[in-house]
This record gives sequence, structure tokens and C-alpha cells, in this order.
Amino acid sequence: MSVRVLVAKVGLDGHDRGVKVVARILRDAGMEVVYTGLFQTPETVATAAIQEDVDVVGLSMLSGAHLTLAPLVVSALRERGSTIPVVVGGIVPPSDVAALRDAGVADVFGPGASAESIVASVAALAAETSR
Amino acid sequence: MTTESFERWRRDYDAARLRRPDFSTMSGIPLEPVYGPPDGEFPGVYPYTRGIHASMYRTRLWTMRMFAGFGTALDTNRRFRDIIAAGGTGLSTAFDMPTLLGLDSDDPMALGEVGRCGVAIDTLSDVRDLFDGIDLGSITTSMTINAPAAIMLALFVANAESTGVPRARLGGTLQNDILKEYQAQKEFVFPPRPSMRLVRDTITFTAAEMPKWNAVSVSGYHIREAGSSAVEELAFTLANGFAYLELGRDAGLPVDAVAPRLSFFFNAHIDFFEEIAKYRAARRIWARWLRDHYGANDERSWQLRFHTQTAGVSLTAQQPENNIARTAIEALAGVLGGTQSLHTNSMDEALALPTEKAARIALRTQQVIAHETNVAHVADPLGGSYYVEELTDEVERQAEEIFAQILDMGSGSMLEGCIAGVESNWFQRRIAESSYILERSFNRGERIVIGANGFTEGNDDADLDLLTITNDDERRQVERLGRVRASRDDDHVRHALDRLATQAADPEANLMPALIDAARAEVSVGEMMRTLAGVFGRYTEVPVL
Repeated sequence: MSVRVLVAKVGLDGHDRGVKVVARILRDAGMEVVYTGLFQTPETVATAAIQEDVDVVGLSMLSGAHLTLAPLVVSALRERGSTIPVVVGGIVPPSDVAALRDAGVADVFGPGASAESIVASVAALAAETSR
Repeated sequence: MTTESFERWRRDYDAARLRRPDFSTMSGIPLEPVYGPPDGEFPGVYPYTRGIHASMYRTRLWTMRMFAGFGTALDTNRRFRDIIAAGGTGLSTAFDMPTLLGLDSDDPMALGEVGRCGVAIDTLSDVRDLFDGIDLGSITTSMTINAPAAIMLALFVANAESTGVPRARLGGTLQNDILKEYQAQKEFVFPPRPSMRLVRDTITFTAAEMPKWNAVSVSGYHIREAGSSAVEELAFTLANGFAYLELGRDAGLPVDAVAPRLSFFFNAHIDFFEEIAKYRAARRIWARWLRDHYGANDERSWQLRFHTQTAGVSLTAQQPENNIARTAIEALAGVLGGTQSLHTNSMDEALALPTEKAARIALRTQQVIAHETNVAHVADPLGGSYYVEELTDEVERQAEEIFAQILDMGSGSMLEGCIAGVESNWFQRRIAESSYILERSFNRGERIVIGANGFTEGNDDADLDLLTITNDDERRQVERLGRVRASRDDDHVRHALDRLATQAADPEANLMPALIDAARAEVSVGEMMRTLAGVFGRYTEVPVL
């Protein structure tokens, strides 16, 4: 069965170029991709991820609010008993990566991350989830 | 042989005041103000391919307008004063995400976003702090805000008048380009039609009361940043400009009352000559359409004035110092393309908002171009280049094809075509497709970006010092809003909001007076927007991939 991914925009950030391009890159790699659309909350993302039965959640964050919002998505999933891994892509300074990982984010793709690295990471996380 | 164009140019040039007595090369070769055959095109003369002023930068350099905003109004006020002290000649305000979406800083959806991407503005008190000590009658101010643009204009006017500067003396620009929000930047609140009504209200209000104000900055910048091609940026933007003209016309304003109040805002991306051709084509298309299609008689209506910003998306997080070189090349394209004002991005903006030092280097980059290179001595220095002229013609031809498609969607109306194209996701789909094509060429290595997919030695060098914005600003701003709410006159607030709701329900009413009244009563941006949403509804995008 193919890998299922939910890509999401949380909060007020309207920059959707990255999320759309990454969604198509994942589809090109044979994954099934669901996009939430803009202005989601951590709760709506967690609910959608569980309903859609995805293997990985990808958050696209370009507004600088990643340290506040990404951990809330992780905890919203865990509170609902889900172990779905969460990855973050966007404008994330290297100095924030450790804090995101401490908060349970499985991987972080900063500006300039290659398509292969994103596909490889998502595929590996999905393989772990389904095991 | 001389022609009418040449005569007209000569007359205007001779009448122009020049910023220095002599324009020659570094080695002393004297320079003409413009080069070309006497029967060719000239700057300051229709169709303005070569620039909108006869003397171009010989009279006045472009405005070095650096976009800034972060944290609280007090933080941004300090940055504004630094910019002015460093030789910046205009202000440009960046608002944070909650403000751009019309939410107060204490709104639950604002969590983590207050003061992060720009300055947080909730009430008149914040606007007062933002411009404290700055003479708004003598500097022009640009405000980059769209869905709540009418509200921000009301706050700006209320603040200026409380410091003794009448609205008629205020010079500046409101971005107020809601169409491109649906198409590209996605900071919309209300559905397209009530949003356009608010734009109409600002256009008619400023036409009547603020002669030095640009009501709309029609913006291709965000369309390009969202992934469009150069031609799409140009064509979508000019189509939106035509739509605002038609909006004003439908409200009873003659085209010559609206067109001179529209300014434009374009991206300066890294493909140097294509960008220059884009600016030249933009001026020519606008002039032709305004004169021949819309029947404008005032020459100022034919003249497309624009601001330029270098391309944020061209910056890399890897070896960020290289971004200084990219920005310099892009800025030079804007100048050779005849821009009226320019913002240069800072090297650290692929990672964060700029530090003071990075922002200063970006301003210095413009100053090097302006004062050291002599490129501003001669108008349209690339005019007459076989390459640039051909590229200008081709960009224009492709843009005309897009106009025909939009007109088709609107059954002959650009206004209806732009709205229909938003509602059917036509614009959004084209932008996403272009962005995907560009990304694929990058991933295949056909397009090399230094540090990202080529020449990566040095990527592991020490990181830059970045600006960090803590959640302290959010806490301080929320506390401040609480204090303002506690100290204002609640009856006055209620009355102002009731009046706003009543007027919003009357599609013929102009909402600006009610908004200014509400601003004076310290009604918050979020309260005004919620009241309007109660009448207008809210827009939800159906996303396309």
C-alpha cells in the first residue's frame, strides 16, 4: 500500500508555494497526499490526520511561529492517542532544529532542502509507522 | 531629423531641475541624458517604455524605501528612526500576521504570531507609538496591508490628525490590493465582492480628501514570490490594475481620477534582462491600455509608477553572504528598469527577519548603485539593445495573450474576469503550475542555485547571527491591548461599531468616515474586522494542488 501523507498549514501563515510544491513532489514519488488548506489549528490537523489514516504529517511553516505551533500539533496528536510522526519544513533557522526535535518533531527541512531528502525522510518515517 | 517625441522630451528635460551640474563618466567623458535615434522613443513621452520622467534619475534618485516591522510599535519606531538616520528616504511598514488578517493580538488564533513577521497593531495607541517623532507631513509612508487596509488607513489618518497633520498633506501608499491576496499571498478575510467594496471606498475617499495618497499599490511581487513566471507576474498585476480602474469607474469616478492614484509593485528576480524587459513592457502596456482602451486623457494616468523589491525567493539559507551579490544584481535590474522606489532584501532573510546590520548592508547596496556606479546618469541605458528591445516586445505579446484570457472569463470586463479567475482558481492553478515547473528544473539540476544545488563548499561555515523575536513581545502587546481596552470609553466604542455595522450593510455607503470615527474611539482592528465580517461573511479557499 502506498504511503499516505497529510500536508498542512497551521496558524495564520498564507505562504502556500512550498506546501503545494512539496505535495506534488511526494505525489511524484508515488505517495498519496492530502492537503488541509490554509489557516488550520493544531486540533483540526490532528483530527484530519487520524481520520485520513495517514502515515506522516508534514507542516509547512514560514512565519516564524514554528516553535509555538509545531509542538502543539505533536501534542494534539498524542493526546488523541496517535503516534503519527510530524515533520516540519519552511523558514526554520538551524538553531531552532534541536528545540523542535525535543518537542517530538521527527524531522526538519530548512530552506533549500532537496526533494530527494524530503521524499527519503517521509518514506523512512512511514516505514517505521507501519511496522 | 527630429520628431515630436524628441521635441517634447527636449523641452521637458530642459525645464527639469537636475540634482548635480555635471554628468560624466569616471574618466570625464560627458554623458547625454539619454541615447538613441531622434525618431525613436524618449523617456517622459508616451508610451514611456524608456521611463516616465524626461530627466529620470538626473532630477531625483529613486526612493530608498526599506520595508521594516517587528515586535511592538515601539520596536519598529526605533528601526524607522535608524532607517531615516542612515539615509533612507521613505518608510514602509510590515505588519504581523494577526494584523494582516485583522485579528487582535489577544485572539487565540494569533498565538505565536504576534510581532513575528512585522509589527503588531491593535489600536490607535499603537499607531501613535509607531510614528512617534516622525514628521508624517514630510516623509512618505507605505503600509503593506490588504484585507484590513481601509481600517489601517483610518488609523493612520486619525493618528496624523491628532498630531496636527491634516489628511490632505499625507503622502504615501496603501497596498490595498486584495485581488492578489486571493491569487497569491492568501491574506484574505472577506469574500471577493465585499473586499472590493472596501477597496472602492478607499479609492473614492482618497480621491476626494487625500490628493497625495496612492490608494492601491497593485502588486506583482507576491504573485512572483508565490511562483509565477515573469510574464504572469506582469500580466496578472496589470489586469488587477485594470480591474481597480473599472471598480472606480463603476463608482462614478472618471478614469483620470483613479489611474494617477494607482501605483505598482514588482519583483526584481535574478534573470537580469528578463526583469528589465518586464518593467519596460509594463510601462508601455499600461500607457497604451489607458489611452486607447480606457480613454484616459491625463498623461499622469498613462504613466506607470512602480516600487521594486528584490526577490525573497532567490535568497538561500546556504552561504547566506552570497545573497548580498544576488540582491545587488536584482536591485540593479530595478534601477536600469526605471523604478521609482526600491527595497533591497537582507542576506539573512531566508532564515529570519533581518538584523539591523544585515538591513544596513542591504540599504548600502542601493547606495553603492546610486552613488558609485554612475548607472543613474543616463535614462534607460539598455534601450536600443537588440536583445532587450526584442525581449520587451515578447513579454508584451505574451502578456496580451493573458489579458485576452482574463477578458474572456469576464465577458469583456477585466474586473469580472479577475474575480471569476479567483473564484475558479484559475490564477492559483497557473501560479502553482509555474512554481512546480521551476522547482522541478532545480531538482533535476537544470537550474543551479549556488549553495543549494551547486558549489556547496562552504555551506558548513559558521552561521550568521540572526534576529530572534521572543514571545515577550507577544505578552507585552497583549498586556498593552488590555490596558487600552480598560481605559477607553465603552459607550463611544459601542456606538462606533453600531454605526460601522449599519453602514456596512448599505452597499452605497462609504465606510471610511465610520472607520476613522472608530479608530479615534480606540476600537481595535479585530473589533472592526469582526463587525464587518458579521455583515460581509468570511472567505474560505478551496485549495488546489
